[in-house]
Amino acid sequence: MIDELNLSPIQLDALREIGNVGAGNSATALSQIINKRIDMNVPKVALVPIETVPDLVGGPDTIVVGVFLRVYGRAPGNILFLLPQKSAFYLVDTLMGREHGTTKKLDFMDESALMEIGNILSGAYLNAFFNFTHISMLPSIPALAMDMAGAILNVILVQLGQMGDQALVIETEFLAEDDGINGHFFLVPDPGSLGILIKGVGVE
Amino acid sequence: MASLIRVGMADYKVGRAPSVLISYGLGSCIGISLYDPQTKVGGLLHIMLPDSTQARASDNPAKFADTGLPLMLNDVLSLGASKARLVAKIAGGAQMFAFSNATDIMRVGNRNAETVKKILQRMGIRLIAEDTGGNYGRTVQIDLSNGVYKVKTIDRGEKDI
Repeated sequence: MIDELNLSPIQLDALREIGNVGAGNSATALSQIINKRIDMNVPKVALVPIETVPDLVGGPDTIVVGVFLRVYGRAPGNILFLLPQKSAFYLVDTLMGREHGTTKKLDFMDESALMEIGNILSGAYLNAFFNFTHISMLPSIPALAMDMAGAILNVILVQLGQMGDQALVIETEFLAEDDGINGHFFLVPDPGSLGILIKGVGVE
Repeated sequence: MASLIRVGMADYKVGRAPSVLISYGLGSCIGISLYDPQTKVGGLLHIMLPDSTQARASDNPAKFADTGLPLMLNDVLSLGASKARLVAKIAGGAQMFAFSNATDIMRVGNRNAETVKKILQRMGIRLIAEDTGGNYGRTVQIDLSNGVYKVKTIDRGEKDI
């Protein structure tokens, strides 16, 4: 039995490495779509008190765009791709071939484009998990909301809140070469899924 | 000088006029205010989930409606509020993402609101205003000098309830 709230350094390292490869896949995908170099930081794999998670993205009242996907399979969980509003507008302008600064509000097409980005990034990310663990994880169709970070993060936090007071988040930050875009990618395994993933990597 | 006191997620604060209690970025969470207009004592509780008995483990009673409310009630009473005069206002309980096959957990906002109302009723506290539901986030604050409960949103302006 793996104690998900008390992982060994080796287990955390393994998750960090998978997160790293996953984020690398995602960054490459994003980079190819917008034709810019994308940097990413080494993923944080951390157990954090649930109420502090919104602070990771600038505080609970920061306006962000969130693309949410549910992950199905033997190790279900949630994916949330968060972009500060400014980054989301910048990304949409890039995707739509408009001059930067054009977008002031997301229309239906913009939202659809951002959801597709969330979809592609999640697919690339989850592929890495499959390569390491041979556990297939399938993302649902994406949903999008633009609102306060706290409110959007609620969606993943309530579920964890039911199980305990801490959340294990695998988080990566993306940065585009011209600093126009930064985003946060969260993978939050459901309680119970983490043990399955860790078993899959073989670092029980 | 009115001091602004921040109430985090799964947290509550109590105080007296002229303090203002504020909680940022509620989605499916609910901000519950209690206020005694005569002594101008009140509190704000930010709950995440309706029911602690459904949870596996938690050291934080303020996370749940059923354990958080009695706790806050106790604290406002010890600051001098009278239970008979206390009035409650609630806001939050949204469903942020529209999913066609939303699981129960995604509709938790609804359940939060229902449970909070039931508990208030059971405790014998009057609920005099609410702004719940929808698919958008809210920041809430209660001004303890007059009991005004302000609900701010991003696209839908702000209102006093």
